[in-house]
Amino acid sequence: MLTLERRPEPNRRVALLTPIIAVVTTMIVGGLLFGALGTNPITAIETIFWEPLFGEFAFYYRPQLMVKGAPLVLIAIGLSLGFRAGIWNIGAEGQYIIGALCGAGVGLAFYPTESWLIFPLMVIAGAFGGFVWAMIPAILKTRFGTSEILVSLMLVYVAEQFLASMALGLMKNPEGFGFPGSRNLQQYASAHNAELFTGTGMHWGVVAALIAVIAAYVLLNRHMLGYHIRLTGEAPRAARFAGVNPTRLVLFCLGTSGALAGLAGLFEVSGPAGMVSIDFNVGYGFTAIIVAFLGRLHPVGILLAGLLMALTYIGGEIAQSNLGLPAAAIQVFQGMLLFFLLAADLLTNYRIRLARTEAA
Amino acid sequence: MDLTAISPTLLIASLMVAATPLLLAALGELIVERAGVLNLGVEGMMITGAICGFAISVETGSPYLGLVFAAIGGALLSLLFALLTQLVLANQVASGLALTLFGLGLSALLGQSYVGVKPPSMARLDLPGLSDLPFVGRVLFSHDPVLYFGIALTIATWAFLKFTRAGLILRAVGENHTAAHALGYKVVRVRILAILFGGACAGLGGAYISLIRVPQWTEGMTAGIGWIALALVVFASWKPLRVLLGAYLFGGLSVLQLNLQAAGLAVPVEYLAMSPYIITILVLVLMSADKSRAPASLGRIFHASS
Repeated sequence: MLTLERRPEPNRRVALLTPIIAVVTTMIVGGLLFGALGTNPITAIETIFWEPLFGEFAFYYRPQLMVKGAPLVLIAIGLSLGFRAGIWNIGAEGQYIIGALCGAGVGLAFYPTESWLIFPLMVIAGAFGGFVWAMIPAILKTRFGTSEILVSLMLVYVAEQFLASMALGLMKNPEGFGFPGSRNLQQYASAHNAELFTGTGMHWGVVAALIAVIAAYVLLNRHMLGYHIRLTGEAPRAARFAGVNPTRLVLFCLGTSGALAGLAGLFEVSGPAGMVSIDFNVGYGFTAIIVAFLGRLHPVGILLAGLLMALTYIGGEIAQSNLGLPAAAIQVFQGMLLFFLLAADLLTNYRIRLARTEAA
Repeated sequence: MDLTAISPTLLIASLMVAATPLLLAALGELIVERAGVLNLGVEGMMITGAICGFAISVETGSPYLGLVFAAIGGALLSLLFALLTQLVLANQVASGLALTLFGLGLSALLGQSYVGVKPPSMARLDLPGLSDLPFVGRVLFSHDPVLYFGIALTIATWAFLKFTRAGLILRAVGENHTAAHALGYKVVRVRILAILFGGACAGLGGAYISLIRVPQWTEGMTAGIGWIALALVVFASWKPLRVLLGAYLFGGLSVLQLNLQAAGLAVPVEYLAMSPYIITILVLVLMSADKSRAPASLGRIFHASS
């Protein structure tokens, strides 16, 4: 009979291996799913994972990897800080929307003035918007002990309604012939988050994501606060005896993740998306949760996981147009990845032993 | 705006309809949480139930068969959660989130060919005499059978937890799994059964939305009702009868909000539409002062070795 035996401490080598096990298992099971949908599984997997990187049109898809990966990494880095300490911000999608609205609002307010100051102001406003939106669950948690999980999630729905109201009302393009959506920020030079080098997909969001990765790495490995975050997650009781202030930790983790999600929203709305419309958000805030776990809540891991997840988005789109694979199939694929990852985690903390059945 | 356009009879009748999916899902989650498990996948199980029930109803023409399969679909999805958290000992918060993300994707995939299809309708209960009574008849005695099932399930859940031995064991497992294990109760088995019940209830609640309340299929149509159901369990301090009260309160609010939209209140539609979520947050704040009623082992991983 198989039994589980708790390891004295988590096995770090296995911890590094689990994401790979999960990805491979997902490819196999996902392939079977695609097969059941009437697509050749090998072609489907090849289209999703190979085509964007080395296929005929890779020159077009590779920059997209940056464009789609940056918001995922940026949000996931913020989430991972909280997740490590057992603080669950699952409303990043809402903070992303509010950040985008605040940032775009500042940009639209200055239209048509041209100044180099406008974009930095938008960036600050975007981060601030996300921060404020995340402070709501943070303050309610520290002040009243309300579950940050439920509050942050409820605020996603509130933010979505608010976005609809803005896109159809206050921020609607006055010269838009009645179409919903704001002015296109891509056509407003001072507010446009343009590519820094043409054809690379590199925009300010990518830069911010890389800075976030490095900052999170330094924070977690070299700074007292990062040590407190890790301590709280791994041994809450010990953290309390060591004098870690839980209130400060909640405010910091939620605030940082909110600000980063807000930034991601701003860079998206002023760059690739271009304008505030009802559905400019495409669920990065939720996918980032998968990215954070897939990256083992480690900054470098998240960077790799973000790129991989961006790959499934791009590959999924190709598979959609070339093979007629439904868009939802990719969503299932991404959800499955998280399942297998959580299951594979067992191997980190437990050893599977073949035990003789003991006499009762 | 014209407030006279809102008929109290219709308002109360539709309030009961709006409350039923919430009630079903919240009752399921209540049992799960009383067993000491936090399943954040309610939204995912609801939407999966919604499409399973819808598809089976459309294919077979029988809404009842659809409801049965919705419960089965929800339970099957929750089985994944049960495997992850009870056998593979994964983190419950993360597994619940995974369940929701996966369920949303899966339902969208299954539901592709059902967009815009009209499901077979379910006959309303028609009691000669009672249903014809003025006001009371319309409000209380002319609904679909599932609505009454929801009320009956509330009472059954209450009685189960309060009076039966199995209910006592369930509560023991939720309050202190180590002690329950020492007494010889099968903690993992009890919890898996509770999770399956929760999944079936959530699936049924989802199918109620797609088959009776709306009735049609659109992607992501549960729109956070699963999450509100989770909040409702906290609101109800983990007590079944209070879940009923809470569900009717929330149902009333969402119906009133829709009626005000229709009556042309001078507030933009979007702000009315966000009100149920804001009220949920307010209620959570009011109720979270007292944490003592939560099952003591809620969300903790159990492994017999530790």
